Amino acid sequence: MSKKDLSVEYSTILIFALAILTMPIWLSPIGAGYPDLLQKFVIYGIFAVGFNILFGLTGYLSFGHAAFLGIGSYATVWSFKLLGMNVIPAVIFSIILAGSFAALIGYITLRRSGIYFSILTLAFAQMCYNLAYSVLTPITNGETGLRVLKTDPRIFDHLFGRGQVDGPLLTDLFGIHMTGYPGFYFCAILLIITYYIAMRIKRSPFGMMLKAIKSNQTRMNYTGFNTRPYLQTAFIISGMYAGLAGSLLAITDPLAGAERMQWTASGEVVLMTILGGVGTSLGPVLGAGLIKYFENIFSSYNDNTLHAALSFMPDWLNDVLTIIISPFVGSGWHLTLGALFMIIIIFLPGGIMEGMGRIIQIFKPNKPGGSTKTASQG
Amino acid sequence: MDAILLQVLNGLDKGGAYALIALGLTLIFGTLGIVNFAHGALFMIGAFCAVSFNKLLTFSIKVKDESITFFDAYKEVPYLEVWWGDTGKAIIDYSVPLSILIAIPVMLLVGIIMERGLIRHFYKRTHADQILVTFGLAIVLQEIIKHFFGANPIPQSAPEIVAGSAAIGTWLGLSDNLVYPWWRLIYLGFSLSVIAAVFAFLQLTTFGMVVRAGMHDRETVGLLGINIERRFTIVFGLAAVVSGLAGVMYTPILPPDYHIGMEFLVLSFVVVVVGGMGSLGGAVSAGFLLGILQSFASMNEIKSLIPGIDQIIIYLVAVVILLVRPRGLMGRKGVME
Amino acid sequence: MAILQVTDVNKNFGGLRALHEVNLDVEEGAVHAIIGPNGAGKSTLLNCFVGLLTPDTGSVMFNNTSLLGIKPHEINQAGVVRVFQTPQIFEDLTLLENVMIPAFAKSDGAFRINAWQRMRQRTEIRDEAEHILEDVGLIDQRDVICSSLSRGDKRRLELGMCLIQHPKLLLLDEPTAGMSRADTNSTIDLLKKIGERGITKIVIEHDMHVVFSLATRISVLAQGTIIAEGKPDDIKGNPKVQEAYLGGAEI
Repeated sequence: MSKKDLSVEYSTILIFALAILTMPIWLSPIGAGYPDLLQKFVIYGIFAVGFNILFGLTGYLSFGHAAFLGIGSYATVWSFKLLGMNVIPAVIFSIILAGSFAALIGYITLRRSGIYFSILTLAFAQMCYNLAYSVLTPITNGETGLRVLKTDPRIFDHLFGRGQVDGPLLTDLFGIHMTGYPGFYFCAILLIITYYIAMRIKRSPFGMMLKAIKSNQTRMNYTGFNTRPYLQTAFIISGMYAGLAGSLLAITDPLAGAERMQWTASGEVVLMTILGGVGTSLGPVLGAGLIKYFENIFSSYNDNTLHAALSFMPDWLNDVLTIIISPFVGSGWHLTLGALFMIIIIFLPGGIMEGMGRIIQIFKPNKPGGSTKTASQG
Repeated sequence: MDAILLQVLNGLDKGGAYALIALGLTLIFGTLGIVNFAHGALFMIGAFCAVSFNKLLTFSIKVKDESITFFDAYKEVPYLEVWWGDTGKAIIDYSVPLSILIAIPVMLLVGIIMERGLIRHFYKRTHADQILVTFGLAIVLQEIIKHFFGANPIPQSAPEIVAGSAAIGTWLGLSDNLVYPWWRLIYLGFSLSVIAAVFAFLQLTTFGMVVRAGMHDRETVGLLGINIERRFTIVFGLAAVVSGLAGVMYTPILPPDYHIGMEFLVLSFVVVVVGGMGSLGGAVSAGFLLGILQSFASMNEIKSLIPGIDQIIIYLVAVVILLVRPRGLMGRKGVME
Repeated sequence: MAILQVTDVNKNFGGLRALHEVNLDVEEGAVHAIIGPNGAGKSTLLNCFVGLLTPDTGSVMFNNTSLLGIKPHEINQAGVVRVFQTPQIFEDLTLLENVMIPAFAKSDGAFRINAWQRMRQRTEIRDEAEHILEDVGLIDQRDVICSSLSRGDKRRLELGMCLIQHPKLLLLDEPTAGMSRADTNSTIDLLKKIGERGITKIVIEHDMHVVFSLATRISVLAQGTIIAEGKPDDIKGNPKVQEAYLGGAEI
């Protein structure tokens, strides 16, 4: 029994790792096999996996996680500026900084639960965003965004005689530039590691306590648990995940802007998690991939390309469809996002994972369904 | 002294907008138990009622410009002016206050459709679901507006007669230099009277009595055999009108763009939390209070002392209040704990 | 010696006097029933024991430490465990998990980050939980999600959740309210079985059948004061008690 469990766990992570690492191969038929997009898939996958540790397990809906994403990005760029273009210190610095911000913000916001918590986190994220745009301009470079300059100190680069670069400044991991496929594989390996960590957390006693908090916090208190430190820890962990994701965003494209902290970005990660399936391990990664894939496709269309894509249809139908669809594509991607948001919440609150579960149920006629639900190892 | 009075006034009109939105939020939250993240979008729709009404009035025709004689020049003249001359001109001049007449039925309709079509199905869902679905709706609404009106702010002007400033200093026997834009004074008066009307409606009518009872104890009211569902629709419509009107009248102060709603929403939620969830009086007073605080924080003297304080003062106050008084200023025990 | 000592407890809600000079000594190993008509203050008294309410004056001592002003989880960690009137269980989790969680509170304390530990490494807790589920007769449904349980089963599950913590003092708030006669009887049997473990219990109950089947000692609360206390047989014949219940109707 116990050994079987263990082998299930290892084979799950092995299959997951294989699927992620071979993404360049199996995603190329649908036009997503290029590194820039693949990097986005895995980076936002990390973001969503971390968000799910908070929202999926404890049920605390944070509307301010983008703040940690932004903090991670800024921390990384600063690490590049000061220490050099190596990514290791940048990642570590980002995670620590995002974690400490999460500790501070969580300490205050976790005093309340439910909608108060959502509103408070939203308020904090807006506060960070406003500050990044205005007073903190010396640190964040305001609207222009923060980027690495050749005149920056980059202490270690100069120490190791790599201070003078002819081309553009590239982030590197001991000589390997973190752009293109190497960048993707770097992010992918981090996703696999963080996914495994999240899976272990979910299946640990600690994870069960978080699920119990979601289920019935009153009972939790009367059962002899102090729920605050549990929530605080979950908040910090998910903040660190967001910091890591933000850091990777800045590693693959060394530019950090305040718009990364806006409330729409916070909403996006909520949507990814819900689209995939709240509380499931795989769901958030799926959701993140889908959202980023559709964002990429939808944004690339404009009226002309849309017209061309629909040219196989009769002219009048083509015109009508173009008019109907055009608000949803190109710069109207957010409209699609909002509509998707509503559709998912209304019709499939459990997300894709639940949808797949339902389909599997249909094809399993022998299994008794109905009132007796049994636990699933999602 | 002058400066302080000026800042108080400055804060009051912004506070008026916060108070009106927060009032609607609290009404919806207290009676329907719905957390409406699309409430800011209602404010925005109100503002764009004014914009589209103005567009409608200024539908123009090209006519020959008579003042230019040495070649054929054309200028755009609104149909209204062509047909009715000076009367038409006056109507266009008063487009913002006149659009209130349009905004009331439009907002009522929008509110009722929203409640019937979407919100109704979320009464029994979790708060997280409510937040998320209305959040999605807010994005959809603002993107639709963006599609039709573009991303840039569209300035609206107040009627010419109130375009100038009121010499408040002279009235009060203070310095003559103390002047204040007429429209902002009007906005303050307007928001106060809308608030008064809402309170009067709730206090004096039987309908209002049921709504207030529902805010205290929804289940009991339902058990009394009162059709609370139908009243919910009307309450939602009312809240939509209130924030829509706030949006209409705010257009001359701040040119509306598609994401004006979200900016106000976040602040209004903070206002509601500070005032105390479920307390109408709390929402209104916290709205004005935070408005004034914000305008004080944006004084140059204070900004130079603590840079950036104007950006975060509201959030800071909210955090402090929630730490000291977790239920907000006027929150009652047991309401949405 | 008394395991729980309640001394001169007063509690007012606004102008309403909920508890007035309540004194109560609960002996170790006793099954102490608190009975009284509706609105007598039974639940208020119980809430004072678990930190839900703080009395205006007076003291509540458990094993010579005060229970006042400390948080619910600290009271639980001290060994006072409460069964609620409406079952408070983890509805989204399985029965087994429901019982394992309290066992973790007992073994790991109020907070511990064991995020890298696997659940199955804690076989001792799993075995204990299965044992308890057997005791309350729910072992067949160990992997069922709790929300589908019947109300009676939920109560038994909650009782199991409390028992796995080996409480020193178990507070039962109307354990049979709203149950059918058959369910009530099986609950009585279950409680009697627990009684053999020697856990001190305080039972709040309306149903006199339950009270007299279980209690070793009874206190009668009426209008916020204790009007009688004694062995079940003494209480049965006490005219003051009969008067308190509907002006002397037969108990």
